[in-house]
Amino acid sequence: MTSGNSSGHRAHLAHHFSESSQQSESARMGMWIFILTEVLLFGGLFVAYTVYRSANPEMFYNAHKHLDIHLGTLNTIVLITSSLTMALAIRSIQLNDRKKSIKLLATTFALAAVFLIVKYFEYSHKFHLGQLPGKFYTYTGIEGSNPHIFFSVYFMMTGLHGIHVIAGMIAISWVMRITIQGRLSSEYYTPMELTGLYWHLVDMIWIFLFPLLYLIG
Amino acid sequence: MNKIPEVNYLNADRGIKSWLFTLDHKRIGLLYLFSIMAAFLLGGVFAILIRLELLGPGKDIMEARTYNQIFTLHGAVMIFLFIIPSIPASLGNFILPQMIGAKDVAFPRLNLLSWWIYMFGAIFAVISMSAGSVDTGWTFYTPYSTTTSTSVVAMTLGIFILGFSSIFTGLNFIVTIHKMRAPGQTWFRLPLFVWGLYATAIIQVLATPVLGITVLLLILERVAGIGIFDPAMGGDPVLFQHFFWFYSHPAVYIMILPGMGIISELISTFSQKKIFGYKAIAFSSLAIAFISFLVWGHHMFVSGQSQLASAIFSFLTFLVGIPSGIKIFNWLATLYKGKIRFDTPMLYAFSFLFLFTIGGLTGMFLGTLATDVHLHDTYFVVAHFHFVMVGGTVMAFFGGLHYWWPKFWGRMYNEIWAKISIAFTFVGFNITFLSQFLLGAKGMPRRYYSYLEQFQSLHGFSSFGSWIMAVGFIIMAIYLIYAVFKGPPAGDNPWGALTFEWRTTSPPPKENFKETPTLTHGPYDYDKIIPKRTI
Amino acid sequence: MSGHSTHENRHVVSFKTYLATGTALLILTAATVGVSFIKLGGWNAIAAVGIACLKAILVAFVFMHLLYDKKIFLVIFSVAIIFLTIFLALTMFDILSRGEIYPDYEEPIEKNAVIYKKAEPAPTGEPVEDSTPKNH
Repeated sequence: MTSGNSSGHRAHLAHHFSESSQQSESARMGMWIFILTEVLLFGGLFVAYTVYRSANPEMFYNAHKHLDIHLGTLNTIVLITSSLTMALAIRSIQLNDRKKSIKLLATTFALAAVFLIVKYFEYSHKFHLGQLPGKFYTYTGIEGSNPHIFFSVYFMMTGLHGIHVIAGMIAISWVMRITIQGRLSSEYYTPMELTGLYWHLVDMIWIFLFPLLYLIG
Repeated sequence: MNKIPEVNYLNADRGIKSWLFTLDHKRIGLLYLFSIMAAFLLGGVFAILIRLELLGPGKDIMEARTYNQIFTLHGAVMIFLFIIPSIPASLGNFILPQMIGAKDVAFPRLNLLSWWIYMFGAIFAVISMSAGSVDTGWTFYTPYSTTTSTSVVAMTLGIFILGFSSIFTGLNFIVTIHKMRAPGQTWFRLPLFVWGLYATAIIQVLATPVLGITVLLLILERVAGIGIFDPAMGGDPVLFQHFFWFYSHPAVYIMILPGMGIISELISTFSQKKIFGYKAIAFSSLAIAFISFLVWGHHMFVSGQSQLASAIFSFLTFLVGIPSGIKIFNWLATLYKGKIRFDTPMLYAFSFLFLFTIGGLTGMFLGTLATDVHLHDTYFVVAHFHFVMVGGTVMAFFGGLHYWWPKFWGRMYNEIWAKISIAFTFVGFNITFLSQFLLGAKGMPRRYYSYLEQFQSLHGFSSFGSWIMAVGFIIMAIYLIYAVFKGPPAGDNPWGALTFEWRTTSPPPKENFKETPTLTHGPYDYDKIIPKRTI
Repeated sequence: MSGHSTHENRHVVSFKTYLATGTALLILTAATVGVSFIKLGGWNAIAAVGIACLKAILVAFVFMHLLYDKKIFLVIFSVAIIFLTIFLALTMFDILSRGEIYPDYEEPIEKNAVIYKKAEPAPTGEPVEDSTPKNH
């Protein structure tokens, strides 16, 4: 049906593309390459994690007990659910059900906020105890060499992830806005699709952070 | 008589805003070209200052502290502001969409954003380096960079910002090459410059994020004392070098791969012969891109890396020689029995072949574990990478600049002055850097402010060469700028080349082609047709 | 509900598939938490990373449509994983093999690190970790 160009369909086509499928595929490809760069950005932190865990295995085990596994699990469930609602929001817009799509986006946004609130409580607890990165580390209850390294790694990984959650929330609220304005439909929903890809990436990174930080056996 | 088309991309829109906020890839390419040439001038001035200071042992024109800042500025400006964006962002931006028969790159806004980020990051980095008197060298190794009192944080933040501009360009090019090709432009009919840019773009998007996280960690280390590079806190400064070189070694191929692409174009065009081993050259670009990620440990042979790892990195380093050799031999085979014409771009291509081969082979010496222990951090290394970077990339860049200059402006430069200029540059370059091989082999360490009397004559010789090279560049700047305004019209296809960009007018119209071109022959089918030269 | 497609012939994944994927992800989360309480030695880490990979594959293939979309996106994603693995593997190879040929080189950095501590007295040959954590 690519040649059956309705006028609404044409309106989204930039001058240098010849077909809207070319345009939307380009956009998705760009997003996937962006995801690739994100994977390698976080990759540096995963490498640092592996290096220091292999250097101090005992300490990592002792230190990880000070993370709250219940809150960690709760946040994992929250993020996975938000990923599901995001995927369903895109499905709704594909089927031209704008209202349902907006509701699902709002749910995703709310779940992201819940994630950050839980994170806030975890962080403030650690600040209170002095379980802080590097030279700010004042806690004394962890055995093993250099326990501050664990918290350096913990705060860098979850902190960078947290920034990505905030960026995702900004993107979701923007997509929600343009959906409410009626600018997205089953004909053209690229912004929502790209935001979805980004949001799933944020979920995916947390899927790795959770066992690596909270569940050291 | 050639005529310049009345309406073209240069005069289609007027006013400063139509340039600063343009979405036309050709204008963005030119904006990038002006910016990186400014960076090249800046870095060049620093280079001359370094050579002046090294004219004699002891103090000549500046204090030791200033000298350390100047070589840091020279390195950082040349690497991050000039050579990494040089070919892809300027020539690539201008030529790539035309070569594949597209109206523009896939994401024109991202392209413009990339330039703005580049400008912001560049100004930010230069100001913070000079105002904050950073003296870490462009590599900003820990633990010095985390303990010095200079403004390393601001400088690395500037580099972090510049990284985004590089990623955006790479991302844009990959999508453009995949999605924007004209009908009939199959993968194996793409000009080899496009293959070079494609391999470059892959490295840009894969490696640059790691530089991003490296400088973020360095900044956090300085600001928040997280201790992961601080040995006193159980951190490992050698890990910083792993992070740094995982980006910076592949970055060396960000610099050279597009240059190799240009050389493929030049050699085929000016020998009027089908390129020999098209697929071998195309795939060797991808092979270099891949291998570049396996060899970074050869910068760390004497850094406390495990000996076993060093041996393996040394072995892997030799693999780079294979695809590079494939390219050199294919270019030589293309020249064989070709109708060679010695136009200026071709002279740059010959310079490239000569200088890059020396640079590449001395790289093998340095990749050899046992030899490197002796040559590490001497002028041998300095000479080696200047042969690759200046003798390779810069020669290719200027070759490309001369090749496409008539396409940019529709006007031709003065061929005689161009030949005088390259003679100065080539001779000056060899005097400057061949002497540094000797210095290094005799044990002169790099980055030293003063030296023993016995090195004086070679240092003096090297400084003398740098002035000759500078004269060459100044002549080039003059006749190229003159050509923009007063040069004779060049015509659409001054060199008689077959790639797409020569099928449109010089300078091209706003959307490159009056109608989307269709492919009738390959980019190097000189065995089928030989187009007439318009000059 | 499956078999829908938009005007661009884009596949619309059925509601059931999404729900099943979400459920599977939650079950795997429960599994990874459960496994972490069983003492398996080195297998704990392998199980944790293995389950995480499985979850990531589910997210990428279903939620991010890698299974249905252009195969080039799968290639891009795989390239990211491959190069991350190279980064991790070669760095870890260095870290783990230090000191194998010349034992003196084993952990040279931390043991000599005292020279970077300006305020502290001269090194006694003791590992630095005894002096941290500080600020009790």
